[in-house]
Amino acid sequence: MTPVAQISSAEADLIDRLRGGDEAAFVCLVNAYSESLRRLALAFVPIEAVAEEVVQETWLAVLTGIARFEGRSSVKTWIFKILANRAKTRALREKRTINFSELDHPLERDEPAVNPARFLPASHPTWPGHWAGPLDTWSASAEDAVVGRETMDVLQRGLDRLPPAQRVVVALRDVQGWPSAEVCEVLHLSEANQRVLLHRGRSRLRGVLENYFKDNA
Amino acid sequence: MNDNTQREMACQELVEVITDYLEGTLAELDRARFETHLASCRACQEYVEQMKALVRLTGKLTVRSLEPQTVDSLLGAFRRWRDSKTGL
Repeated sequence: MTPVAQISSAEADLIDRLRGGDEAAFVCLVNAYSESLRRLALAFVPIEAVAEEVVQETWLAVLTGIARFEGRSSVKTWIFKILANRAKTRALREKRTINFSELDHPLERDEPAVNPARFLPASHPTWPGHWAGPLDTWSASAEDAVVGRETMDVLQRGLDRLPPAQRVVVALRDVQGWPSAEVCEVLHLSEANQRVLLHRGRSRLRGVLENYFKDNA
Repeated sequence: MNDNTQREMACQELVEVITDYLEGTLAELDRARFETHLASCRACQEYVEQMKALVRLTGKLTVRSLEPQTVDSLLGAFRRWRDSKTGL
């Protein structure tokens, strides 16, 4: 078996520069990852100030640990794992563990993607489980070219209000564009559980946009 | 296990498996049921387009940058770390 993750030459170069004390390399990393680190921290400890602290601690741990970094995972995964471990420890200390529950057991609770009242009942003679009424058509209004600032603000607020585990998965996958394998590795999620959280988060956000376009048709 | 595999997919099932579909992890048989249903259901066509639009828009959300004082304090920490190394 080959190693799971082999670091690229660009990453090796970045590590060399960091170890050599290159400030620009550090700033580049900080700018690239701090916001997603903060989001991830918030998934564990839903307190802004604590999340900021955990992010700062993570960067300090990166600096002290970079000499020992062995490249068994990508730099990004390594940094996010440091964050996840610290955030978990901190969350336990703050006794805010409630927010772990959906990360660890997403299937414990059922959450329909769409309100069941929107569908005909299972007992319906001809169309069980089909849409009870027509769907508002707004997908064309959501084309990039015609979407204004207000819509994006609505979407951002919707994302901010997602349950933490859903929020962090949607943020990493859809905002940051991470592949699912990296999200799973950093969050210690199975592929299936990651998809459940992504699905729930996206479904809720679709509902947010639906309400917005209904009110602003 | 269940008789879903035999039946046409209902809209209520489609909205639950759409992420598996978009992720490319829906089983072959269910993907065929998904696509068969989609071909004849305008509402579900719209639903799928809404989900795709949502994912596109979410990808355009800007990543908030750090507060300037946070960057300053991190840079301070970086310089102290660098100086402590060279001092060794």
